[in-house]
Amino acid sequence: MKHLLTTKELTREEAELILDVTEQMAEAVTGREVPKLPALRGRTVVNLFYEDSTRTRTSFETAAKRLSADVVNFAAKTSSVNKGESLRDTALTLQAMGADAVVIRHPAAGAPQRLTEWLDGAVLNAGDGTHAHPTQALLDAYTMQRRLGGVEGRTVAIVGDILHSRVARSNIWLLTKLGANVRLVGPPTLLPKDIDDWPVEIGYDLDDSLKGVDAVMMLRVQRERQNAAFFPTANEYARLYGLDERRLALMPDHAIVMHPGPMNRGMEIAASVADSPRATITEQVTNGVWVRMAVLYLLLTNGESK
Amino acid sequence: MTDLLIKSADIIGRGRQDVLVRDGRVAEIGSLSAKDAEVVDADGLVLLPGLVDLHTHLREPGREDAETVLSGTRAAAKGGYTAVCAMANSYPVADTAGVVEQVAALGRAAGYADVQPIGAVSIGLEGKRLAEIGAMAQSAAQVRMFSDDGHCVHDPVLMRRALEYVKTFDGLVAQHAEEPRLTEGAQMNEGAVSAELGLPGWPAVAEEAIIARDVLLAEYTGARVHFCHVSTARSVAIIREAKARGANVTAEVCPHHLLLTDEAARSYDPVYKVNPPLRREADIAILRAALAEGVIDAVATDHAPHAPQDKECEWAAARPGMLGLETALSISVLALGGPSAVDWDVLAERTSRTPARIAGLEAHGRDPQPGAEANFTLVDPSATWTVVPEGLASLSRNTPYAGMELPVTVQATFLRGRATVLNGKIEEEMSE
Repeated sequence: MKHLLTTKELTREEAELILDVTEQMAEAVTGREVPKLPALRGRTVVNLFYEDSTRTRTSFETAAKRLSADVVNFAAKTSSVNKGESLRDTALTLQAMGADAVVIRHPAAGAPQRLTEWLDGAVLNAGDGTHAHPTQALLDAYTMQRRLGGVEGRTVAIVGDILHSRVARSNIWLLTKLGANVRLVGPPTLLPKDIDDWPVEIGYDLDDSLKGVDAVMMLRVQRERQNAAFFPTANEYARLYGLDERRLALMPDHAIVMHPGPMNRGMEIAASVADSPRATITEQVTNGVWVRMAVLYLLLTNGESK
Repeated sequence: MTDLLIKSADIIGRGRQDVLVRDGRVAEIGSLSAKDAEVVDADGLVLLPGLVDLHTHLREPGREDAETVLSGTRAAAKGGYTAVCAMANSYPVADTAGVVEQVAALGRAAGYADVQPIGAVSIGLEGKRLAEIGAMAQSAAQVRMFSDDGHCVHDPVLMRRALEYVKTFDGLVAQHAEEPRLTEGAQMNEGAVSAELGLPGWPAVAEEAIIARDVLLAEYTGARVHFCHVSTARSVAIIREAKARGANVTAEVCPHHLLLTDEAARSYDPVYKVNPPLRREADIAILRAALAEGVIDAVATDHAPHAPQDKECEWAAARPGMLGLETALSISVLALGGPSAVDWDVLAERTSRTPARIAGLEAHGRDPQPGAEANFTLVDPSATWTVVPEGLASLSRNTPYAGMELPVTVQATFLRGRATVLNGKIEEEMSE
């Protein structure tokens, strides 16, 4: 693995290796007085964020620091033809500075892939447009593994705005690769066209889709989408596709509730559900650090120096 | 000017003849010998009427860093063209007599191909008020074709008025069919690939809906509509039905829509970003069949040069468009069956005669016959070539065919008897 751009390009073996190393990272650091490993000492990790995302940037920063890497935060304005520096020039600058890895968050799908053409270091996709967010999917898989004992054979419903969700796109490929059954649930306006070939079930009725699930993954839905006629009102959306206590009761007792954050309480998820012990939301945040440690470690050492 | 004798060229695939050119026109055809004539040995070559492009972006005035009338017409000559229609989306927009006359004059000064300006339908391509269509028609540039290409004339009232207006001088509107509300933010064909790549989709129906509407407006007003860069199977079906009813509509297809699919977007390399976008394999098959049959009337390049910074960026930030003039002939041959199976007469019809007729360029698109202007190209049907961006005559490098081996080379192009290209090389200094 030279880069991590999507979960689609990962082999099952690579995905399982990342999850195994994630487990090792968690064990190695948890309970230590100084939660730090020397693995990436002297290496430079650049966080190149074109979108404000304090949560993801902080998670990557924490992960890199726990591996003793030097972290440079490069907050960039969204590039456009007329404003600011082009992505290519920024890449050449980072290349000249000797970045060993670049963690990029960008509003344009494919920006991380373009970056690999312009610099030699490892490129780690921290979310590109509505395309992919591989470490989110990996941390979700890891969370399922911890809470459900595995991913193989488990049934996961991904609910909401699939069309605009890089989290959904990355989870679909990763979870099915690891042997899970994936159901996509949402209004037809928020499902992409022509996805008959995807290895998933598609449903429009949330009550039906919750039967027999092991996990439900609620996606963030922007209220503003109602202005573009994706749904009539936020209230109607919440009524049809929000996870409330009545719907929580339709799920098997062991089933967990996941959300990549940040949540719209009252929209896709009721406050009481978000705060229930079946919700894994804060656990996902913790696991995100371990997963990102594992990925940085594997990309920068090729798994050689343990 | 010395006479020119083209020896034993296969005239549009009908058999070998010699062609004698005097004072820019065909003097004689047959088995000829002539003293004092410059002889071009065309043994093994096919002679075609010079290609005519209905859809070229020459970028001058305004974006001379991407292309100029000179560099663009040199590329045209290299591709076998003797006439190009220059789209109106320059800076300033070609929406006044002054701009269209300037473009035509630059073309004459360059001397590599006849440049017929296309006028804008609306002022500034904004789709709000009609440009001075009459003034452009009456100008020295004698504009007959009007287009807001790059933008759709989406307001049905404006489209209706434009059609009624151009009727007075047998003009036509070339429509960029794209329902703008259905393509807000669109980046590539909407379908399985866009779903996976997370790039906002440009649905086929956005093109088809406008074509259907404009077919009806053409029938209602009795005016001529030409559809630019038709890219979908259903667009073909709509145009087929319209023609069967006798509607006065014509259509063009671009080489890239005859060869490349939306799968190319997986690279996220914006060299494959174009508007309308690359479609599916199924569309290519229908477009090729429609071109062979004549439902699609012409191949047009939509040659769209872009400066490096407008393509060496992330997909969403890149400008749409690709080079086409130097590769169009090869791809047209491929799309019509390949060099051994192609019907050269059909090729000449779709790349020269019909586009010349649509644009009203009477001196072009004519088979060699005594008295006709000597606008020809000589092509080698058995040669192949590899596309090297740095080797193209265009100022820009945004060809999607880099590294591809293509059939058929252009050996020579003649504009009124003067070689613009000879032995596969562009002649220097064409200006008179």
